[in-house]
Amino acid sequence: MLSFFLRRLAIAIPTILLISVFVFALQKLLPGDPLLVLAGEERDPEVLEFLREKYRLNDPIPIQYLAWVGNALQGDLGTSFRTNQPVTELIAEKLPVTIQLAVMSLIFAVLIGIPAGILSAYRKGTLTDYVANVVALSGLSIPNFWLGIMLILLVSVKWQLLPASGYVPPGEDLWQSIRTMIMPAFVLGTALAATLMRHTRSAMLGVLTSDYIRTARAKGLSERRVVFKHAFRNALTPIVTLTALLFGELIAGAVLTEQIFTIPGFGKLVVDAVFNRDYAVVQGIVLVTAVGFILMNLLADMAYFLLNPRLRGA
Amino acid sequence: MALVDQDTADLPAPENRVWKKFRGHSSAMLGGVLVTFFLAVALLAPILPIPDPAATDWGAVRQAPSAAHWMGTDEIGRDVLSRMIWGAQASLLAGVISVGIAVIIGVPLGIIAGYFGGWIDAVISRCTEALLAAPFLILAIALAAFLGPSLTNAMIAIGISATPLFIRLTRGQVINVKVEDYVESARAIGLPTRLILSRYIFPNVLPPILVQATLTIATAIIAEASLSFLGLGQQPPAPSWGSMLNTAKNFLNQAPWMALYPGIAIFLVVLGFNLLGDGLRDALDPREH
Repeated sequence: MLSFFLRRLAIAIPTILLISVFVFALQKLLPGDPLLVLAGEERDPEVLEFLREKYRLNDPIPIQYLAWVGNALQGDLGTSFRTNQPVTELIAEKLPVTIQLAVMSLIFAVLIGIPAGILSAYRKGTLTDYVANVVALSGLSIPNFWLGIMLILLVSVKWQLLPASGYVPPGEDLWQSIRTMIMPAFVLGTALAATLMRHTRSAMLGVLTSDYIRTARAKGLSERRVVFKHAFRNALTPIVTLTALLFGELIAGAVLTEQIFTIPGFGKLVVDAVFNRDYAVVQGIVLVTAVGFILMNLLADMAYFLLNPRLRGA
Repeated sequence: MALVDQDTADLPAPENRVWKKFRGHSSAMLGGVLVTFFLAVALLAPILPIPDPAATDWGAVRQAPSAAHWMGTDEIGRDVLSRMIWGAQASLLAGVISVGIAVIIGVPLGIIAGYFGGWIDAVISRCTEALLAAPFLILAIALAAFLGPSLTNAMIAIGISATPLFIRLTRGQVINVKVEDYVESARAIGLPTRLILSRYIFPNVLPPILVQATLTIATAIIAEASLSFLGLGQQPPAPSWGSMLNTAKNFLNQAPWMALYPGIAIFLVVLGFNLLGDGLRDALDPREH
């Protein structure tokens, strides 16, 4: 178990290092001198020189990179040009909001996607299967920010059932918090549900034709037991791995969803940073999401390991 | 011997078989129709009898759909239908060009990594994994932010973000194909590597790449709409479905039609490419289902 984990970690480390190189290289794409914005209108040469020293822009690029990565390892991703707050602090402040959105969306995705996938695999080739597939493909094709706008139009503007925007921390008022978050979570969740349904369907299809399912049926077990206990348990492994891979979709979807519902989370932070030309924040966010994705993959590997008894001896 | 000849003579040419399977696939045909429709609209935009998409009419601001303006007018009196049609051009252009960039960079790198293996494969594969770790849209947003907001830069950003998908796919395919007997024999008769790659490897890895490219155009169109929605793609006053939605969300109460049509258009064109891609996958798959 431990050696398996350590081996995975050993593969992850060079990947994370490469990501840091890419993220660092991003700032070199900037046209012109980014300091001209910071130095203000006068562009006083002395101020410029001071800033160059401060941001180590006089050093050779590899040295700049090492300094940057060294700081990043100590949790220092630079400071926001705009608010003068450390980037790590900004991210840590916004992250819980997005995690709440992500968790609620995943609940929607799992509650819709997995049963739909099981059902359509079980009834392969029937009308149920066809309808589930059409709905899933439509779910993949609808831009979820548009779905959000349409829901605001119906639920908030026309029927005035739920608030159209805002955020209430769950610690402050749990019920209100869920009420404001439920629509954004639904929008984000349906997009993921479509992907999850397709994965569940193909995993279940693979399992349902295997010999042990026929054996289970031959033993006279009830269909319910065959489908849930025998088939689904075995289909679960790829589903769990793929759910971890949904992390990227979740974060990317959160950017747009938070923008539409004006939720002050991680996604809104990215967009605001982009418009304020707050490059250190943008870099920090890309780095954090990429590392987060790799960690999710590690977790998925672990789950894979735990769910599949055959691997435990390894 | 005669029997064998008889058998092969009855088999249709591979192209016919693929087309037949594809034609029998009604959802793929629907996808083809949708894609063709939007392509035609985008190409015909300059000659269709529609008002100038940038012409403002302050006497006809936010008018509901009518005989004069089939899809209504926007917040400064521009014709929504006309902007939709020109927006189709931006959307499809972004989809096709960004995927073109990803294919042109990704496929050769994937072939090199898969065919030669060794350290060059290790370098390319690690870079691919690192790029894949950043969520597609986050990477595109970051690139668009650093390159500066414009439709061209959005296409470059989306193209670069999609490149690792093609590297990984091509590499995997090449690894399967390069051990085939026909590649072995090509090597045995001393064919130069350049010719082995272009004549034997490339044509045999092409089908899955075509499928992936079609499906990625769908993703890229949504990505362009998302970037334009965030203000990082097509810049006003040039029309784009994403930026139309961005404006529309401020007028939901007064002019809901402004938000309705661009969303439907994105949905239909993306659905078209998704259906087409799924259909191509089934048609090109040599195994029978």
